[in-house]
Amino acid sequence: MASSAAVPFWRAAGMTYITYSNICANLVRKCLKEPFKAESINREKVHFSLSKWADGKPQKPVLRSDAPEV
Amino acid sequence: MLRQASRLLSRSVTAAASSKSATTTRAFSTELPSTIDSTFVESWKKVAPNMDPPQTPSSFMKSRPSTASSIPTKLTVNFVLPYASELSEKEVDMVIIPATTGQMGVLPGHVPTIAELKPGIMSVHEGTDIKKYFVSSGFAFLHANSVADIIAVEAVPLENIDASQVQKGLAEFTQKLASATTDLEKAEAQIGVEVHSAMNAALSG
Repeated sequence: MASSAAVPFWRAAGMTYITYSNICANLVRKCLKEPFKAESINREKVHFSLSKWADGKPQKPVLRSDAPEV
Repeated sequence: MLRQASRLLSRSVTAAASSKSATTTRAFSTELPSTIDSTFVESWKKVAPNMDPPQTPSSFMKSRPSTASSIPTKLTVNFVLPYASELSEKEVDMVIIPATTGQMGVLPGHVPTIAELKPGIMSVHEGTDIKKYFVSSGFAFLHANSVADIIAVEAVPLENIDASQVQKGLAEFTQKLASATTDLEKAEAQIGVEVHSAMNAALSG
């Protein structure tokens, strides 16, 4: 069976839909007027710490934080 | 050799069909009649009369909403964003969504469709009011009972977009597209160009 309709350019370049959608949303947010821009960027801030486990022990955690350093 | 192919194929299909006939014509779980096992309920009541018999997942499922025989006069729109519900069960006359296949007008009684949205304007028409939003991307689910579920990652009223930043972004990404080397860079620059030109068109059109 031949592959169906041509894939979108971003999928051909190895990007997933979620990545594409998030890039689009970020670009739109960057083009907003104040104060909407500040609100939306503040809304999308994330803070998490992720650690993989091996041999029953957590390895070095990966910390991703957009919160300002206090 | 190939003359036998159709006979062999149909033989294997019918063998499979007869052995597991339940799987070939399986109804949706939301359309099956509720099958509460009365013998189980009775024996439960004997053992634990003060407790309600346990429920099964199918008892929590709502049955598929029926399609009205005549086309309703209004379209019910649910427009949601990840952080807010913009429109909830709002009855409108028409919605125009920016599908990847082009601007799609949705009227009550629209054929059931799942449409992927591209960056563009979504307009909600209610009588003489038209409300426009710029949608970054998302999906629209149009159901048979004239309910439209539109989900977008980011949707802003057109007044909130800054035209000068759009022009700046468009110039920046056009330049990035020209100078991109890897596939990924090209794709990102292309996305930038598309989104900014869509915003540009939305502001001027």
